[in-house]
Amino acid sequence: MLPEALKNMFEKPATEGYPANRGDVFPNMRGKLNFEADKCVGCKLCSRDCPTGALTIEKIGDKQFKAVLRLDKCIYCGQCADSCNKSALSCTHEFELASLSQEDLKVEL
Amino acid sequence: MAKVVIPLGPQHPALKEPANFALSLDGERIIGAAVNLGYNHRGIEKACESRTFLQDVYLIERICGICSHSHSTAFINAVEEVAGAPAPKRAQWIRTLVAELERLHSHLLWLGVAGHELGFDTLFMYSWRDRELVLDLLALLTGNRVNYGINKLGGVRRDITKDDVEKIRPVVDALEERTKYYIDLVTTESTLAARMLDVGRLCHEDALTYGASGPVARAAAVDKDTRRDDPYSAYGEIPFDVITDDHADVYGRAVVRVKELLESCKIIRYVMDNLPEGPLEVKFPRKVPAGEAISRYEAPRGEDVHYVKCNGTDMPERVKVRAPTLANAASVALMLQGGFLADVPIVIAAIDPCFSCTDRMVAVKDENSGAEGVMDWESLRRYSIEWYMERGVSFENIQSERDS
Repeated sequence: MLPEALKNMFEKPATEGYPANRGDVFPNMRGKLNFEADKCVGCKLCSRDCPTGALTIEKIGDKQFKAVLRLDKCIYCGQCADSCNKSALSCTHEFELASLSQEDLKVEL
Repeated sequence: MAKVVIPLGPQHPALKEPANFALSLDGERIIGAAVNLGYNHRGIEKACESRTFLQDVYLIERICGICSHSHSTAFINAVEEVAGAPAPKRAQWIRTLVAELERLHSHLLWLGVAGHELGFDTLFMYSWRDRELVLDLLALLTGNRVNYGINKLGGVRRDITKDDVEKIRPVVDALEERTKYYIDLVTTESTLAARMLDVGRLCHEDALTYGASGPVARAAAVDKDTRRDDPYSAYGEIPFDVITDDHADVYGRAVVRVKELLESCKIIRYVMDNLPEGPLEVKFPRKVPAGEAISRYEAPRGEDVHYVKCNGTDMPERVKVRAPTLANAASVALMLQGGFLADVPIVIAAIDPCFSCTDRMVAVKDENSGAEGVMDWESLRRYSIEWYMERGVSFENIQSERDS
């Protein structure tokens, strides 16, 4: 135990100075979704497979779609990205998504 | 001295989750104990029936935060059996790798919690620091520290590359070194032995009678391990030893768990060396044919049993989960008997309880008449509103967020 205590005196702290240091995320991490509207064909497979009903695809014009995501409902499983046949959805590494207002948690991708 | 009944929980500093233990005391000695579960019911089984199989995998995974992979694999094995579409070999091996990493992190977590309950917080700091290494590996492989989301029906969602394997190896080596230190610590440290030996005894016969499972049973010399007895995933092809011990007390359970850490390291190395090539998934139908299946899985805490009944649609008709803690909860009452009140936290912690995984259904009985009743959602809601109204709480001005 003593060598451990001595070693710790000269080591840098185990914690990271957030928010100055935002740390590294792993490449496989599933964060906020990214939606490429030009690839979407409006099949809605993604919203049908979403386990929590967080994602909805809305038609805004002829062959034009927008995706609305409820960040508070999303469990970041990435199933929608897996379900999409046109690769219109993908996971980013964005993870700082907290907000004090519920309105801000409903975002248009 | 008169008998005193002390309720431990549902809210108690020594418990990590709500559960109630009614302890009858004669002085400091416990002469009787009753385990009351049911404070954590979440209705997951029922919720599964209104979701598709694909969505259920994510819900089932959230039964437990520690053994999430155990639950999702058990569920998937059952559904794959009904659908007749087993995952390809490589996927089975990847599932095994993640399962063993999960066992490492679960047992290290338990070791820390046990140290904390014994008042040995240095051990808690040590083992939880080492657990970070495993969690980092899981995040590297799957993307998440918990609720990995690597399983999918008919396969796995992510591959393991050669680079990943090279990153896993040094960590497993480091963990093995640390595990050897823990084995040495648990077996030779006199303060630990004094607090664990002959505490929470559950003899071999009682372990069999009360149906204990996992490390609790193996610590009572019950040679039982689903990985060997009823192999799933890749366990049929992997050589490993089932650890048993004949101390039949908290000490035995600690020894079994730390030695299982070594076995897990061995299995992980074997999987990395012999990972077969091939596809990651098979095409899995959205609608599963009618049928039913039971799947058994050796979770870190014991045997996890899932029952799935399918009716030909894309949703299950019935899902039943028997979490390992339910199998072990019955024997806790027996372990507590004859012991000291001060040993209660460690005896409860020694089964590695996970109460929210355990709570499935509660039958409410009228204490006087013994009558049972079933309450549907609407009557339960009405009952709760009336209950609060009687106490002067009105719901008239509260708008439900859910309805909007």
